[in-house]
Formats: sequence, structure tokens, C-alpha cells
Amino acid sequence: MSYHKPEKDFTLYGETFSSRFLLGTALYASPQLMRDSIIQSRCEIVTLGLRRQNPANRDGDAIWQYIQESGCRLLPNTAGCKSVKEAVTLAEMSREIFNTDWIKLEVVGDDYNLQPDPFGLVEASEMLIKKGFKVLPYCTDDLILCKRLLDVGCEVLMPWGAPIGTGQGLLNRYSLRTLRERIKDVPMIIDAGLGAPSQAAEAMEMGFDGILLNTAVAKAHNPPMMAEAFGDAIDAGRKAYKAGLMQKRQTASPSTPTIGQPFWHQQ
Amino acid sequence: MTIELSVNNEKKSLAANTLLSDALQQWDYGDSKIAVAINGEFVPRSTYNERALCNGDQIDIVKPVGGG
Repeated sequence: MSYHKPEKDFTLYGETFSSRFLLGTALYASPQLMRDSIIQSRCEIVTLGLRRQNPANRDGDAIWQYIQESGCRLLPNTAGCKSVKEAVTLAEMSREIFNTDWIKLEVVGDDYNLQPDPFGLVEASEMLIKKGFKVLPYCTDDLILCKRLLDVGCEVLMPWGAPIGTGQGLLNRYSLRTLRERIKDVPMIIDAGLGAPSQAAEAMEMGFDGILLNTAVAKAHNPPMMAEAFGDAIDAGRKAYKAGLMQKRQTASPSTPTIGQPFWHQQ
Repeated sequence: MTIELSVNNEKKSLAANTLLSDALQQWDYGDSKIAVAINGEFVPRSTYNERALCNGDQIDIVKPVGGG
């Protein structure tokens, strides 16, 4: 018998998903590897972007075709936007082209670590929500920023684990734990910076609701296999969180019973 | 009379008063899945055949790509 009941309680803006894994569609060596990674990950939401392209350039067509065939929910991003105006305009272009009001909002504040601009993020979120968007902000792990994003109407938060593409894992566990402790009832997805499935499992064990990543899968030697590994780790981490982790202890405590220990004699 | 404008940061010339819908056909974007902004402002598809292009317009035309 299984003690684990299949969950269907991952709900974002009123839509419910079985998988807590959101996968990016960039950086794969081929469109086929992207397609196979999506399949193996078992994800139900994929991120994608918009870029200037020459009309003769059809490179993106295969990617777009495979994404459509995957049946995944689309989560377009505003990657690379450095101002509120750029992000809002690109979100509007995304809404039209992808026919969705969901937007992964990115406002880049620094070129070196691609750190989100907290002030621009709040301002852009407020503007987009007034225009009817469902905003999923890529943010830092700053508690006050996250509260401000909720104040302006975001219903999902996506704090970073580490800067995009670094594979560093959960750099600031204190901030992330505090965030989870202080904001209990809002879905929070760790977005970016993860490099290994164990890091994703740890985030899920901490009580985060989902994981969004791209580079760690796309740049693996075998992306579809890595996608499956992340999917397994996310499931395992979630299951562990639901099961309830034991409390850490400072001192050792034997797990095998001490009563009836052989070779022991009263001194 | 012709006008000069920028399309995805590339200089282009057009006849004055050309509509955006006609310009997109000329530039071979006819049947593509695209979205357009002019001078940083989103231009809804429903207005392509009303929007006359002006000298100096900066046009961004984007298509879907993989993204993270």
C-alpha cells in the first residue's frame, strides 16, 4: 500500500497542475533535445521568450512547434528587459502572440548577476496587473520585496535560488526559510540558479511549492535524463516535506534498541 | 517621397504613409507569428491596417524563441 496520495493541489492563478516542475526551453543543443527534455521532465508549464528575428530566419519554428505539441501551459518571459517600460511592452507583445495573460516578469537590475530590480519589478507588476495580467515575478529572496509584490496583486512569487545560469543552488537558506515562514499561503517557486537535482529536492523539502529552471537541464550531457532526474527530485522533495522531516539533534541517538544488547555485563 | 525608419535596429526606406500591414508584407513577415512595437509602444495586431508609419519610427518585430 502507498501512503502517498497523488496530489493535485499545486494551483497557480486558479489553474491546477500535477507537476511542480516548470522547465525553460532555451539553450538546448537541438529542438529535439528540448522536446525530449520536456517529455521526460513531466512538466506541465514551460517558459519561452520573444526576440527580434529576421523573417528569413526559421530557427525558432521547430522549437515553437514542439512547444505547442507538448500541450504545456505557456509562461512567456520578459527576459532581458531593463526598464519597467520595456518589460510592460514586451508583456503586451507576449500576451498577443501567445494568447495568454500569464507573464514571468523579469526586470533586470544589474548586468553582472542579472539580479532583479526590486523597485522596477513592483512598479511593472502593478502596471501589468491593472492591465489584466497574471504576473509571476522573478524576484530575489528579499522578504519585504516579496510582501510589496503581494501588496500590488501578485498571487505567485518566484524567488531566485542563485543568479540565473550559475548552478550555485540555494545561496541564502536563511532568507528562503524566512520567506517560507513569513509567507505561508502564497505559491512560491524557486526560479533560477539551481544546478543539481539535490538542490531542487532541498528547496521542496523546505516547503517551496515548485521549481523553475532551464540551464541545469539544457547544459547537462544528457538533457532528457537530467530533466527526469529533476522531476524525480522535485517529487521526492515534495513527498518528504509532506511526510515531515525529523528535527535535527546535536547528539547521537542509537536507532537499534539498546535493551537486550549482547556482550554487555554489569560491571 | 520616402521615409527612413529602423526595423529591429536596421535602417529601411519606405514610401511615405505606408501602412504597417503593407510594410510587414514588404519585409516578408506576412504569415509569421510576430508581435510589433513602434517607438517602444505595443501595437495590437488589430490596428496594423490603420497604422501609417512615420519618418524616424523605430520598429521592433519579435517572434517566439526558447526562453528560461
